[in-house]
Amino acid sequence: MYRSDPRFSVIGDRLRSIDTVLVVASPKGGVGKTTIAALTALAAAGRGLQAGLLDLDLTNPCTHIVLGVDPGLELIEEEKGIVPPRIHGVSYMTVAFFTGGRGLALRGGEATNVILEILAVTRWPRLRLLVVDTPPGIRDEVLDILNIASTIHHDSRVVVVTTASRMALEAARRLLGILRDGGFRVAGLVENMATGARSGVDELAEAMGVEVLARVPYDPGLEDALGNPPALLKTRAGRALEQLLGKLF
Amino acid sequence: MHLERLEVAPGVHEWALAEAVLKTLYDTLGCRRVDRLVLGLGELQAIDRDVFLFALKTLAEEMGGIGRVEVREVEARFRCRRCGYEWTLKGAGLGEEEREAIHFVPEAVHVYLSCPRCGSHDFEVVSGRGLAIIDVEGEGCRVQE
Ligand SMILES: Nc1ncnc2c1ncn2[C@@H]1O[C@H](COP(=O)(O)OP(=O)(O)OP(=O)(O)O)[C@@H](O)[C@H]1O
Ligand SMILES: [Mg+2]
Ligand SMILES: [Zn+2]
Repeated sequence: MYRSDPRFSVIGDRLRSIDTVLVVASPKGGVGKTTIAALTALAAAGRGLQAGLLDLDLTNPCTHIVLGVDPGLELIEEEKGIVPPRIHGVSYMTVAFFTGGRGLALRGGEATNVILEILAVTRWPRLRLLVVDTPPGIRDEVLDILNIASTIHHDSRVVVVTTASRMALEAARRLLGILRDGGFRVAGLVENMATGARSGVDELAEAMGVEVLARVPYDPGLEDALGNPPALLKTRAGRALEQLLGKLF
Repeated sequence: MHLERLEVAPGVHEWALAEAVLKTLYDTLGCRRVDRLVLGLGELQAIDRDVFLFALKTLAEEMGGIGRVEVREVEARFRCRRCGYEWTLKGAGLGEEEREAIHFVPEAVHVYLSCPRCGSHDFEVVSGRGLAIIDVEGEGCRVQE
């Protein structure tokens, strides 16, 4: 269905400079997708890996708050498409560049249009890792990036974020079921706001045959460090994401 | 010819879109030669027609070439999903910066426009969104529905 769309045919080329696409997802809202996606990209760049971050939470993008960026068109560079700006070493693309961070009322197929447009026009540099932040739910943005990445990229993996709450775990289980049935490659689970004790996350991981990639502790210092990447990487949450990178590479 | 202008502003979105069209023709549709191509350019995306055609011809030289290209400009029309009102871009009073954002991502129009009758940002772009391949004739082109 995407195939007859002119934009789809260039997306493969656009993503070719990227070794690994890591989609961060969870049907449950507020479990820490955005925090973990942005910190993972920052931690990778901190290690000297070429890293990128793509915010596909189209109606409610927030990664710019984590990175400390005031989003606007002046940040993008045009060169036969758009070259993403580098923020603290991370090549960064977000719909907020085009909306100025204002609310975007968007429905169904329009989300697909935005994603195709952004993927077709963005010229990523060579990247070892592109982290993709997604909105909660199992709807357009999530399905589109999963379909597109798994169809035209050779190494796309999904990280499912959850807390130990039974409500979050149930949501994660639902997504993992869909990913398994569709043959999507799951990198594993990340437990956020973890207490350190064995939790329902371990049980879910065992039941679904996936790995727990990292446990990110609840960190009251995180809020104050938002917008300050060097400080974020030094928080307990930031340091915990080093684990994740160790497991991925 | 608009070469001078192209030299000062050589690298815009139009190039990415031209590349997308050619890849669709030669890879997806399997054309070996394109004799006639009909494209729709949506008013909303405001693709620079001359830059786009220049990019298309230039890039086509590296692929299979391109025959006659017809461009149809499609007026942008909106319909409110709350009250049903219909309107167009004329007199919408968009600023330079807003137009540029919409040029890259037409759906950004939902931020910058709202229904003139009821103020809703929840409206449908009925026509004239962006680039569309309307028709193609040539050798080997598998034109689908
Ligand atoms: N490990 C943590 N310690 C403390 N606060 C955290 C932690 N992880 C996330 N938070 C905070 O919890 C809130 C939700 O996090 P975040 O926005 O990353 O979740 P999300 O899953 O992306 O949400 P949404 O589903 O709305 O996209 C934020 O205020 C964030 O700062
Ligand atoms: Mg989020
Ligand atoms: Zn209305």
